[in-house]
Amino acid sequence: MPRVKVEVDGVTYEDDVEPRLLLIHYLRDRLGKVGTPIGCDTTNCGACTVLLDGMSVKSCSVLAVQADGHQVVTVEGLGIGGELHPMQRAFHQEHALQCGFCTPGMIMASIDLLRDNADPTDEEVREGLEGNLCRCTGYQNIVRAVRAAAEEMRQAPEREAAS
Amino acid sequence: MIPAQFGYVRPESVDEAVASLAEAGEDAKVLAGGQSLLPLMRLRLAYPEALIDLDRVAELRGVRDDGDALFIGAMTTHHDVVRDPLVHAHAPLLAQATATVADPAVRHRGTFGGSLVHADPAGDLPAVTLALDAVFVARSPRGIREIPAADFFVDLLTSALEPDELLTGVRVPKLGEGWGCHYEKFHRTAQAWAIVGVACAVRRSNGTVAEARIALTNMASRPVRAHAVETAVAGGPVSLDAFRSAAGAAAEGTDPPADLHGSAEYRRHLARVLTARALATAAGAP
Repeated sequence: MPRVKVEVDGVTYEDDVEPRLLLIHYLRDRLGKVGTPIGCDTTNCGACTVLLDGMSVKSCSVLAVQADGHQVVTVEGLGIGGELHPMQRAFHQEHALQCGFCTPGMIMASIDLLRDNADPTDEEVREGLEGNLCRCTGYQNIVRAVRAAAEEMRQAPEREAAS
Repeated sequence: MIPAQFGYVRPESVDEAVASLAEAGEDAKVLAGGQSLLPLMRLRLAYPEALIDLDRVAELRGVRDDGDALFIGAMTTHHDVVRDPLVHAHAPLLAQATATVADPAVRHRGTFGGSLVHADPAGDLPAVTLALDAVFVARSPRGIREIPAADFFVDLLTSALEPDELLTGVRVPKLGEGWGCHYEKFHRTAQAWAIVGVACAVRRSNGTVAEARIALTNMASRPVRAHAVETAVAGGPVSLDAFRSAAGAAAEGTDPPADLHGSAEYRRHLARVLTARALATAAGAP
């Protein structure tokens, strides 16, 4: 069985894994990182989005062995010292969720989006989040939250770098 | 859903990868970005006995200037293709079409070579390579084989690669002065596959169309060139009326699928409409 060494939310783990183990199952079942949900299981919905070396990926479509030697950040690794990440805070303040199932993936994809474009328009937010589906169709407030977080993060860029 | 068990090999060079593939035999699959293969394996529509993971083969990544062409490494991600300055300068059609593939998270993992070898007739990139007369470069223990795009796509999810051949990259001829291009994609939602797509490159000369190349996505079990339209517009005026008239032949020689997104007749209609639009945008018709 291959051995993997992966940094997840700032902690390095070493584990023997079956090659067919998906990253999402490794995170949830082996590491207990259940903050990242499994949504469609078909690479469509984006609920399981995490950052792999800083870039958004759908963790249901990556093998755990492919994360060997790389760094993973899940929604559980965003807050620092009990303080929410500006994107988490903005989702809370703008009420950018209804049932909340898509929220972890939305937040991770939104952070990735701002890495590329620090001041997106409504249209650019919608395009950047095209891989994340909200079955409650609560997109209006999601767009508002991403733009609110973008404004805050532009004013305090060092906090963004820390995530 | 969990994939069936498989053996796993992670080579670090092309030589090692070619040797691993030959050794693993016909029931092995090459794992590139995994954005098509892993979903198929989870659904148990594919159950290879072994995966040869190319993730660590650094020499397969990147775009390099190869004289009158670009050489695009098979493991170059869609994300990197979209941002590559050489691609923007010499193959803007490829940059434009790649930016429409799936969504950002999939483009971070998915690769240029992987999506071509996957040979999905609804994929955007096969038609682009066909329109650009690209040449596929494959390695096997028997040596190097070059395959023109016109021969590479054989059938639904079937490329011309032999089981022991590894796609190392694709040579995409540079478009020089006078060329304009456009990828016209019709889909229902942002991340969806094309119901029909049209990849088009047009060379203008003295206010007329000197040459046009048009390839269609999802109009048969493999991408097809709209040769009748190419012939009809060559030597003619750069005008929307002329393009609409010529594009009436866009569905000739196609065999479009019928599914819940549209009937075959609807796709033939789309091919005609979208081909006229693609020509007009590529040629800058008033």
